[in-house]
Amino acid sequence: MSSSIAFAKAKTEGRAALVGYLPAGFPDVAGGIEAMRTLVDAGCDVIEIGLPYSDPVMDGPTIQAAAQQALDRGVRTKDVLRTVEAVAATGTPTLVMTYWNPVEKYGVERFARDLASAGGAGLITPDITPDADPSWSRAADEHDLDKVYLVAPSSTDERIAMTTAACRGFVYATAVMGVTGTRTSTSDLAGPLVARTKAAIAQQGIDLPVGVGLGVSNGAQAAEIAAKDGIGADGVIVGSAFVRTLLDHPDEPGEGLRALARLTEDLARGVRRA
Amino acid sequence: MTAHLAGFDADEHGWFGGAESGFGGRFMPEALVAALDELTVAWHEAMADPSFTADFERILREYAGVPSPLYHAERLSERVGARVLLKREDLNHTGAHKIRNVLGQALLTKRMGKTRVIAETGAGQHGVASATAAAYFGLDCTVYMGSVDTKRQALNVARMNLLGAKVVAVDSGSATLKDAINEALRDWVASVDHTAYLFGTAAGPHPFPSLVREFCRGIGDEARAQCLEQYGVLPDAIAACVGGGSNAIGLFTAFLDDADVDVYGFEAGGDGFDTGRHAATIYAGDRGVLHGARTFVLQDEDGQTIESHSISAGLDYPGVGPQHAHLADVGRATYLPVTDAEAMDAMALLSRTEGIIPAVESAHALAGALRLAEERPGQTILVNLSGRGDKDMGTALEYFRLGEAEAGGDEHSQLGAPDETEGRA
Repeated sequence: MSSSIAFAKAKTEGRAALVGYLPAGFPDVAGGIEAMRTLVDAGCDVIEIGLPYSDPVMDGPTIQAAAQQALDRGVRTKDVLRTVEAVAATGTPTLVMTYWNPVEKYGVERFARDLASAGGAGLITPDITPDADPSWSRAADEHDLDKVYLVAPSSTDERIAMTTAACRGFVYATAVMGVTGTRTSTSDLAGPLVARTKAAIAQQGIDLPVGVGLGVSNGAQAAEIAAKDGIGADGVIVGSAFVRTLLDHPDEPGEGLRALARLTEDLARGVRRA
Repeated sequence: MTAHLAGFDADEHGWFGGAESGFGGRFMPEALVAALDELTVAWHEAMADPSFTADFERILREYAGVPSPLYHAERLSERVGARVLLKREDLNHTGAHKIRNVLGQALLTKRMGKTRVIAETGAGQHGVASATAAAYFGLDCTVYMGSVDTKRQALNVARMNLLGAKVVAVDSGSATLKDAINEALRDWVASVDHTAYLFGTAAGPHPFPSLVREFCRGIGDEARAQCLEQYGVLPDAIAACVGGGSNAIGLFTAFLDDADVDVYGFEAGGDGFDTGRHAATIYAGDRGVLHGARTFVLQDEDGQTIESHSISAGLDYPGVGPQHAHLADVGRATYLPVTDAEAMDAMALLSRTEGIIPAVESAHALAGALRLAEERPGQTILVNLSGRGDKDMGTALEYFRLGEAEAGGDEHSQLGAPDETEGRA
């Protein structure tokens, strides 16, 4: 199920969608699935499942630590697909966020096929741009999967237009120049980036939601990003704050999940406050 | 500038051998694409500007001691039965070929108006070279170095500090060169408006593989001319060590169109290729994407990068420059592993026959060349002696148990008997 369905539903409710990220296999495969179901139950509209990778150049220390834990415990690509299947079964659109090499190694076509049959919505690809490699676009089209590419404050208008034209599902706007991690204030780069991205989408006459990510850790920040008279994002993406919550409760998984639910509810209220 | 390389060079998007089945390209976060585009344009403009290339040549000559000599290692040659020529990059300022690359990139940084440079380093040679160039040009400098490497190359950390650079020890992942690159990229994505990334090898996303090659290609351009001038012939074979591959591509480039010159790259075989503990990326031959380029990668069946192993920090890298992958793929160059033990033997041999202590990295090239000499009696083999061994004395001390040799002669040392060949005429 395309993630665009969840964005459309949120739009009819007059609010932004809440997109939650956690890496697969963290703290272990079953625990990861349970944590993602908690995100779904507490109000996330879309789930992003991170594929743990040995060289995550776009991730800050929090997500690096979780991915490393998962890898140290032996998580495999097939475990990620198993996680997708379990989470997608809730009816919530479920994407995989992955660096490129594990997909290429698995086989691009094979990955697309297995992701589709697991019920996955598509891929978010932080280290390939639409012009870097055509093989993913071909495979995604074949299996009707979302292609979520990133735009950044440093992107030229030409590159933003090239990227939005290539996306399906939504476009991921990285609102700060930097790696993943929570930040106390939202970036003043977010507003102009969302505006430029929406202008490109309008000019192309397409219907593509804009998700804004990097740094959100509470409902107030989520509200600020979703505010229609402010930044005006169609979706608020949260990752490091969820990971941090689980990292903070290493020996008390039950309390970790309850804290995760409370944070999700706060964020879900945030996207509804806007 | 690179027209004569047409058969082996990248296309405008950085693909060696084409996007569908070739190597290179640019697998990078969108946030860095603008900076890479800006760098590509600035570099092309600079290389077309005679004042830039003249400045570069002048600085290399006056400051870095370039061109380095081409030296006929006579006693070594006599011993191995082939004419061994050494391109003495170990005599360059800072003790390695790396100074060519950083002076070129730092000069470009100044031209682009950026005020800070960052770099990754394995052995520390590129870090020292970057810190040196930063001091020379008055730029702020931060060097990322795996914490495993900061320990085994402590002297180079001290050098960088003395030169005014900030050295950041990286603990993530395997805490070696690949993780230092990851951390430098993380810095760059947050600092790209005023910071240039002085990439240390001919790898990474376009334009780095081509840009680094062009700044290092003086090695081969000089060596080819020197060989013709001094000996009236081209070498039968050329050899260089390959980690990321900057010294090797720097040597190879001038010879790629000389069909009669055989080209050899020697990778770190570590404990032996069959043990799995090595850094012989090309020899292993598994395609993948690492640090922005499609190339050969040491990886497991899920595409997770596997830790490489080598006694030499400078070759301890699980990827390789994409042009080397291409040269291997099309058969223009041959890449073979050399074990830690072979390299250390070659280090000792060169020290004792020629009074030259090579870097452990360069000793891999030499060890490979000695193998070639056995198969090619009487032929001329040109080796890039890419760096000097001062930084590796800790490694040598431990490997040869040199400290213990004092007490009872060679019986405690792992070194063999003193060299038995005739003295120099």
